[in-house]
Amino acid sequence: MPNHNTEKQWTPKIVAFFCNWCTYTAADLAGVSRIKHAPNIRVIRVMCSGRVDPQFLLDAFAKGADGVLIGGCHPGDCHYIEGNYKCLRRFQLLQKMTTDMGIEPDRLRLEWISASEGDKVRVVVNDMVSKVTKLGPLGLPDKFKSWDEEMKIFEHSIEEKEVFEHV
Amino acid sequence: MSEKPKIALYWCASCGGCEESVVDLAEDILFVVDNVDIVLWPVGLDFKKKDVEAMPDGSIVASLINGAIRTTEQEEMARMLRRKSQVVIAYGACAQLGGIPGLANQFSLETILKFVYEEAPSVVNELKTRPLERFKDNGRTTELPGLWNVVRTLDQVIDVEYYIPGCPPSPKLLKEAVLALLSGHLPPVGTVLAPDIALCEECSKKDTKPTDLKFESFKRTHLWEVDPEKCLLSQGFLCMGPATRSGCGALCVEGNMPCTGCYGPTSRVRDQGAKFLSSISSSIGADSVEDIDKILVGIPDPVGTFYRYGLPGSMLKRKVVL
Amino acid sequence: MEKKNGQIRIGFYICHCGSNIASMVDVAKVSEYAASLPNVVVSKDYKYMCSDPGQEMIINDIKENNLTRVVVAACSPFLHENTFRNATFQGGLNQFYFQMVNTREHNAWVHLEAMATTEKALDLVRAAIYRVAEHKPLERKKVPIHPDVLVLGGGIAGIHSALTLANAGKKVYLVEREPTIGGHMAMFDKTFPTLDCAACILTPKMSAVKNHPNIVLWTYAEIVGLDGFVGSYKAKIKHKPRYIIEELCVGCNDCIEACVYKEARFLDEFNQGLSKRKPVYMPFPQATPQIVLIDPETCIHFKSAKCSQTCVTSCERNAVDLQQQPRFEEIEVGTVIVATGFKPVDARKVPYYGYGNFPGVYTALEVERLINASGPTQGEVVLRDGSHPKTIGIVHCVGSRDKHTNQWCSRVCCLYSVKLAHLLKEHTGADIYNFYIDMRTPGKMMEEFYNRIAEEGMKFIRGRVADIYPDRDDPQRKRLIVKAEDTLIQEIIKIPVDMVVLSTGLEPREDAQEVRRMLNITCSTEGFYIERHPKLAPVNTFTDGIFLAGCCQGPKDIPDTVAQAGAAAAEVLALIDKGYIEIEPNTAYINEEECSGCKSCVPLCPYTAISYIEEKKKAFINEALCKGCGTCVAACPSGSIIQNLFEDEEIFSEIEGILNFRNIQREMSYA
Repeated sequence: MPNHNTEKQWTPKIVAFFCNWCTYTAADLAGVSRIKHAPNIRVIRVMCSGRVDPQFLLDAFAKGADGVLIGGCHPGDCHYIEGNYKCLRRFQLLQKMTTDMGIEPDRLRLEWISASEGDKVRVVVNDMVSKVTKLGPLGLPDKFKSWDEEMKIFEHSIEEKEVFEHV
Repeated sequence: MSEKPKIALYWCASCGGCEESVVDLAEDILFVVDNVDIVLWPVGLDFKKKDVEAMPDGSIVASLINGAIRTTEQEEMARMLRRKSQVVIAYGACAQLGGIPGLANQFSLETILKFVYEEAPSVVNELKTRPLERFKDNGRTTELPGLWNVVRTLDQVIDVEYYIPGCPPSPKLLKEAVLALLSGHLPPVGTVLAPDIALCEECSKKDTKPTDLKFESFKRTHLWEVDPEKCLLSQGFLCMGPATRSGCGALCVEGNMPCTGCYGPTSRVRDQGAKFLSSISSSIGADSVEDIDKILVGIPDPVGTFYRYGLPGSMLKRKVVL
Repeated sequence: MEKKNGQIRIGFYICHCGSNIASMVDVAKVSEYAASLPNVVVSKDYKYMCSDPGQEMIINDIKENNLTRVVVAACSPFLHENTFRNATFQGGLNQFYFQMVNTREHNAWVHLEAMATTEKALDLVRAAIYRVAEHKPLERKKVPIHPDVLVLGGGIAGIHSALTLANAGKKVYLVEREPTIGGHMAMFDKTFPTLDCAACILTPKMSAVKNHPNIVLWTYAEIVGLDGFVGSYKAKIKHKPRYIIEELCVGCNDCIEACVYKEARFLDEFNQGLSKRKPVYMPFPQATPQIVLIDPETCIHFKSAKCSQTCVTSCERNAVDLQQQPRFEEIEVGTVIVATGFKPVDARKVPYYGYGNFPGVYTALEVERLINASGPTQGEVVLRDGSHPKTIGIVHCVGSRDKHTNQWCSRVCCLYSVKLAHLLKEHTGADIYNFYIDMRTPGKMMEEFYNRIAEEGMKFIRGRVADIYPDRDDPQRKRLIVKAEDTLIQEIIKIPVDMVVLSTGLEPREDAQEVRRMLNITCSTEGFYIERHPKLAPVNTFTDGIFLAGCCQGPKDIPDTVAQAGAAAAEVLALIDKGYIEIEPNTAYINEEECSGCKSCVPLCPYTAISYIEEKKKAFINEALCKGCGTCVAACPSGSIIQNLFEDEEIFSEIEGILNFRNIQREMSYA
């Protein structure tokens, strides 16, 4: 847990996509029940885990999320009958792809949390935060910037060369 | 003669196919030559870099640059053409999205060099000699362009006004682009100069695709026979047509090869691979993790499959840890 | 960030919620920070945004500052999204130019540290401010409400709901799985705390249901499928074969007389197996409707096809039909009330209480039948061995408040135990011991009732019963020893009794999960259906048009059940009388000129809202069928499907907003 007496330490940022009917409601229930958990997740509400476009997940990583969590209704319990199965199928393939791209599997997580499972929100969030904390920052925006450093080095040399040639 | 608008054509990290596509204009090339002055085209005409450098900034109406950007030389040329041109067009999949050279973004530079110069089965290099960037001989220094760690799309290096997609672009798109340039009726900056609708629109096999497709397995063309009469996706071959811009006339599919996505996404999609992945996986005919994974065995290389032409231009750009 | 648009003028408000939010989130800082974000024109914090002055503030600000968008950071959108949408509308804007930030349930209430909580609030606020700039004006769709109502379950909850609705002139289908309505209440003898007779209050209501012109009563029938949505549901009902033609049977019971079994030989369900019935039987004398049925499990005809079928020949009206098959019927209704009730905990789940092993051990429901004048013994408390009990032990909390069975308090057992103690005393004059953990007697007149009964000479022992076993010292009387710790004197006590009554708790029906899936409502892990909000929408479910009444939602007594049944009926009436319901405009649509007709989306829609138009070679979404899950939107490979309220650009902006935190990290330096 971050300590406000010391310098601000890095703590993971986790973007979560919660379905309106189960997991978002479960997070509300966690609130009403005052079930304390790690403050690292930022929930985006979607109507169904089936709405979660893999682009959203990649975009979250690319924009600086250290982890991405999807929460949907348990299999068989989808408010929209089977949106969660579509989410699961996409997840299985996407995680295979992101793993190949060097993003550790623990950074991308799919959980089934029903509306009554307020405490499961705590368990899942805390567990994910601790796992991602161990992995350290993913920090893609910083990585993108550092990758482009090589261009800056040449940018200068190119300019210098041109100045030289004009003389 | 000097009144004609000036056009430059240049190649960066590319295979030369884009150059071929210019030649593929066939007799239309005469029309192009009649109407424009080509001031740089290393493949076809003997102009040098210094000739262009001597031109005033902004004096070229348009530069069509193909190929991804991997070397210092490519960057240097791209920047120079940018300065000299009113309009820069990223020409072809490599310039637009990174293309096949962009697949190198899955590996570190060292891994690639090591493989190419030491480990490739066809290589005999006991001294493990690598090319040098700088070499002195008889008091003269020779420099080779430096290789970057990252393969980039053209617009990740310089500002780009328009894109002509494809590996290679169809001559039709090129001709239309030239006509648009000549007429001065240009679309908003950032436009991809190709139809903004997916390939199925112009595919002759479209009608054979069922409306209740479920994937029980994914097939690869070198292992299975293709039924030429039927939608390839419906046969389990990963045809990226639904996620890929049209404009090519569905050439590959007409030749019974699945579309591999070289025209890139429509304007409404930010990451072609993710969208195609989403689309096909949604229709996997299994509900449990185990059964889904069994079917996914048919996609052994998701990155190479979904980002064959678009890794540098995708959301993740490059393998995160290298 | 680059979305600076002169047209977009955002008003931002953060609610203190008294101290609920303000104690954990530095609301002044959030408001100050929001003011620095693009397009934000007004940024304020206020004690209670949902109050009239809070809403007025939004309305006035919209007018005075020409706001075009509103963002409120407060509680969950489930609570006040509509409140603030309405304020946005009152201010003259489209109500969907609003975005809510959940900074109470998802933030202030669940974190321990003010700095992290404030930082999270900043991220969420930024996300909403980025998102709202992308919002489009939308109109709510009006869906007409079919005026007919389906009530599932014919216990007191279903009966009361059905009668209330029918009296208001609405057509009600009351579907009951058992051959008769009445539910558990029909089995009870007296009801607490008034000790009025259950039958006396229930049977008039049962016959009112039977005779009501607006009620279609289907007993021995079950719902097997529900399609559609609020306003127009299609329910598929299965009529189980009674082997009696319902329209012809008048309940004369001649067939029962005529049955080849001269004696009743099979356990009678209604009497909890304490008496016997024949294969053809009337569930109980006051069964409603008065129609007999044949149980194929015990009937010779169905077992061997070698019966002389005396029942068939005995019926003058030819009502017996041994060839009857299940019959399915589809009905259209606009709303559904779920009143499927509960199941008493199986006392065998607590094996050390010996139910099923020791004949002297009874469940509370068995005792209800034993002391009932129309029960198996006409109200005489005779034990299974024919003796009359002189000492009775009543064990509370069987299958309740125990992590090995059910964690919850079943709410009614203390009071029905007290009631049974009184009735048993009245019927037998026995010494009665109540073993309780805590006496829980909330509710009007309940504590008074307990006190009154306690004064009748009952013994109350505070302690959970640890064991029940035969008294080996007294083999003749076959007594049982009830062993418990009397926690008030901190001693283990062993009381020999002739009869043990197990006060079994209430639990969800076994098929609660299946029914829930069929109805697309949610339930807790235990199986009680979940209300939309415990205080604000206690009889609504998360599915519009489906309401809850009675113990299927959680254990409760008869007064509460009836009150809830009335409330459910009132909610249904409110919908029917308005005639329509406005639904969220979060449906998806396809831009025809962008669709390539790849058909990828068509098989993904569980509601078959997407069709492929052959002439145009394009896919098309029927918005009337679309429920707005967005699955097809996420899967459209060319990005040509758009979901209102959840457009790609809206969600991308939200992601960008959440993660654009780098600029503020330096500012977040707390002392």
